[in-house]
Amino acid sequence: MSEQARAAKEAEADLAEIVESDDIEGTREISPTELKAIAEALIFVADDPLDPKAIARVLRVDQSAVDDAIRSLVEEYSSRSSGLQLREIAGGWQISTRPEHHEHVRAYLKSKPSAKLSLASLETLAVIAYKQPVTVPEILEIRGVQSPSAIKTLLDKRLIVAKGRKETVGRPMMYGTSKEFLIQFGLKDLSELPSIEDFQDLAGDVTNE
Amino acid sequence: MEKTSLDDVEPAAETAPTISVAGAAPAIAPDRETDQLRVTLGEFEGPLDLLLYLIRQDQVNIYDIPIARITDEYLRYLNLMQELDLAVAGDFLVMAAQLIELKSRMLLPRDPFAAEEEVEDPRAELVNRLLEHEKFKAAAEMLWSRATVERAVFTRAEIETDKNNPEVAVGLFDLLTVFQKILARHKEEVLMEIEREEVTVAEMIERLRNMVRSAGELNVMKFFEQAKSRRELVVAFLSVLELVRLAEISLTQRETFGEITARAVNPA
Repeated sequence: MSEQARAAKEAEADLAEIVESDDIEGTREISPTELKAIAEALIFVADDPLDPKAIARVLRVDQSAVDDAIRSLVEEYSSRSSGLQLREIAGGWQISTRPEHHEHVRAYLKSKPSAKLSLASLETLAVIAYKQPVTVPEILEIRGVQSPSAIKTLLDKRLIVAKGRKETVGRPMMYGTSKEFLIQFGLKDLSELPSIEDFQDLAGDVTNE
Repeated sequence: MEKTSLDDVEPAAETAPTISVAGAAPAIAPDRETDQLRVTLGEFEGPLDLLLYLIRQDQVNIYDIPIARITDEYLRYLNLMQELDLAVAGDFLVMAAQLIELKSRMLLPRDPFAAEEEVEDPRAELVNRLLEHEKFKAAAEMLWSRATVERAVFTRAEIETDKNNPEVAVGLFDLLTVFQKILARHKEEVLMEIEREEVTVAEMIERLRNMVRSAGELNVMKFFEQAKSRRELVVAFLSVLELVRLAEISLTQRETFGEITARAVNPA
């Protein structure tokens, strides 16, 4: 009995050491197949998109090995037309259902699409996403209208965050998008947003005399 | 609401082959039940939205806006909004002023000696703002469709761990300790409900008036001392001031820092 308890305690200590240890040098013997399976498990249990660096740290393996494992996982998911997908979002990896099955998933969950953002909030969010860090007067200049309630909504929904003050008259607060923004809009990072200049063509094209 | 005024406004809604610039196009339609005209205004988010809508509706080239015409239409729209008692936001008025200024600048003859390239189109700044604004409207639409797709994607439900469900991680003794603390705190607290008596200035004036009238004169200090709360004291003070202002009472003080007496003033 006590023998068993001691063994359990040792295992726990080992685990703690692994988790706490920050050096990536000491590579342990984990086979690629095993690594793939463990990475999948960790991504599954993680609450937020999981950074491959965190996986490498916990398992004490090279990050390149983790990247390989994830790449091969992504292939597996798509090749067997899985109901799940492994996606890169906000600098990490996440397992989720595929959008094409949303009707059935919703029917089972008995859930309705959640409340959408208003047009004003979306426009304000677009300005902040592309011009960040940006101040309220600068947003006003582009939108041509005050947007205090839109900014409050976006702050409440944690889609934007304050990014310090601008060193100009009145030192206005600057805003930028948050990690939550990337998650909610399914973006890897900000560079995944289409270039704002692409929208110019779209806007210009409609003009006909 | 005058119907005649609406007739000449008529922002034709049926001709909108371009992309929708605002949430909805303005329209005037007869209401079948009440036989009245119903005016639906577009959801214009601001002056730039309205201006874009007018430009798109008239299908004019955005790089060559007929300022006079667009300004007239813009002002008519503003009038309509005012007639409908809609609060016209200041932003709309600022834009109106800018348009009128632009209109007058367009009327000025160009400097004949200036080189062709040097003559800057006074509309350039406005056009740039409009195009910039339209780009962000398109970007907002893009975000909207992305969000729609994202809402169709589900991740697993929360896993119960000690971290996200901390109350389960509490032992029996922790619970007992907390319970004892609550018991101890409960002993200390003596609860008593106090009903707050709110006296209005009008009530206090009436009280003061009656007291002065019945007694002929009143020690103001004593009157103030009757106040039960800070608030009531303020009210008492105000009512003394008010009665003095109305010349119903007069205040006298025989010596410096002495007692102040209030007397009823006889309406002579």
